[in-house]
Amino acid sequence: MNYLWAFVVGGLICVAGQLLIDLTKLTPARILVTFVVSGVVLSAVGVWEPLVDFAGAGATVPILGFGHTLAQGVKQAVAQHGLVGVFTGGMTACAGGVSASLIFGFIASTLTKSKSQS
Amino acid sequence: MYIEFRKPVYITAYAAVAGKKESEGPLADCFDETVTDDYFGTDTWEKAETEMQSRCIKHLLHKKGIDKKDVNLLCGGDLCNQITSTAYTMRDFAFPFLGLYNACSTMAEGLIVASCMIDAGHADNAIALASSHFCTAERQFRTPLDYGGKRTPTAQWTVTGCGTVLLERAGKGTAITAAQVGRVVDLGVKDANNMGAAMAPAAAQTLKQFFINSGTKPEDYDLILTGDLGKVGTQLLKELLKKENIELCNHNDCGLMIFAPEQKVQSGASGCGCGASVLASCILPQMGKGEVGNILFVATGALMSPATSMQGETIPCIAHLVNIRSGKDLHKK
Amino acid sequence: MRTNRNQYDRMVRDASPPSKVVKNCIWAFFTGGTICLAGEVLTNAFVQLNYTNADAKMLTSIALVALSAVLTACGWYSRLAKRAGAGTLVPITGFANAVVSPAIEFKAEGYITGVAAKMFIIAGPVIVYGILASVVYGAVLYVKGRFGI
Repeated sequence: MNYLWAFVVGGLICVAGQLLIDLTKLTPARILVTFVVSGVVLSAVGVWEPLVDFAGAGATVPILGFGHTLAQGVKQAVAQHGLVGVFTGGMTACAGGVSASLIFGFIASTLTKSKSQS
Repeated sequence: MYIEFRKPVYITAYAAVAGKKESEGPLADCFDETVTDDYFGTDTWEKAETEMQSRCIKHLLHKKGIDKKDVNLLCGGDLCNQITSTAYTMRDFAFPFLGLYNACSTMAEGLIVASCMIDAGHADNAIALASSHFCTAERQFRTPLDYGGKRTPTAQWTVTGCGTVLLERAGKGTAITAAQVGRVVDLGVKDANNMGAAMAPAAAQTLKQFFINSGTKPEDYDLILTGDLGKVGTQLLKELLKKENIELCNHNDCGLMIFAPEQKVQSGASGCGCGASVLASCILPQMGKGEVGNILFVATGALMSPATSMQGETIPCIAHLVNIRSGKDLHKK
Repeated sequence: MRTNRNQYDRMVRDASPPSKVVKNCIWAFFTGGTICLAGEVLTNAFVQLNYTNADAKMLTSIALVALSAVLTACGWYSRLAKRAGAGTLVPITGFANAVVSPAIEFKAEGYITGVAAKMFIIAGPVIVYGILASVVYGAVLYVKGRFGI
């Protein structure tokens, strides 16, 4: 059942993104920013954690989940380190995904070059 | 500005080179050369566009059988910042060179400038050139090629192609007889993914002015060929002209000719290589054979940059027109 | 010309074909759903390997980023995205694609001024505004905790 809900919830979040692309003038970059900030807000007001319990990766893999990770990280860090945590929490929590993107991006750039789409 | 040349400026040779996607389209057999590798054997897209231009010029010189030192002038450009593709090509050929930029209307602009130089007696011959490359345009104006993005239904596909035309004072057959230099028109379109819509008003304005100045009407021409309006822009051009009481007929658009519908190019093709390569590969040969006698070539350009788009500016556009005639139409008033 | 900007705006809207919303949403749903399903499978696999829940989630993100980097480098991610739209944009794989694709594209401009500098052209804003939002949230939590508001 977990797998089914991960699929359905993740799919529906992507549909929400598609509707924003097709029905508004928002560009993909703006949609990503909107989603990540929304993720922080939804996590802060306590909506996202229950959804993660329910749908697992369906709620964490979309970029909204990235926002949730940031919010969770800062919450823990503030509890442990106080004021310092305000600044370190978000960055620390998202370090894995961001570092991986940078490293794999660098490796990919050494191995291949830009390709025509025709 | 309406120009009626004192004497016809003859088109004595033309050549077109295009990329892989173009080689899979309806005009595949018309080009002098197509490639299967859009890098044209180089290692960057910018070098590829320069190489494409070089090959196109070589085909042109070869077809006419003249040496490169006999070329008096080249007027042309491309879509890269500071029209570097053309500048780097000219580094190798070392022709006297006037670099032009009017976005996708550059081919018509080049034909006009070159014709004026010849008509005024400053040059005996001149080459007009324009090119675009899908990959240089994409990385400069849009996103990296490997970035996953969905194209909107109004988007147009930048042609990888180059067209060159050799103009001469002496000659026979096909010639440029008149031209209309366009004005910048901006009817408030902001969407850089809807260039046809942005450019249609400029085409309408230039055509209308030309019909008034020359005292002609659309049915006097065998073909009215716009550069790269695509499906959306073509429909809008017809509607705009209808409001001016001009019924557009015998019309076709290079952006609708170079790719087949199943090639998934949304609203059609675009880029200065679109009009230039279609003219030099498909239309001028037809005129040479006498299949078409009297045409208007109207190339349109969208004159924005990534910076102005991000600043929320609307897109100013321009259209230039040349009247090309051949055979018995050449001396008809 | 007799057409003004307002009239033309209406003409453009009538002439421009709309996006195929239903078809696009179906593609987005199935692709996005599949990527999330893959994430769930990976998370469970990492839990089976005795990683904690938190670590398993982090490793899942890293694995999906790696997968996206491979697909991007092979030129498949952009092909899929042409149809999938938000289905490939919204998952973390879309973020990875936004980092990896400019790294590959701007290699021609060098490893410092090309690859490294351009990695952030699309993904940078996501990091900046994500961190901004988290710092605001952290500040609120801190003030609440410190002053017991």
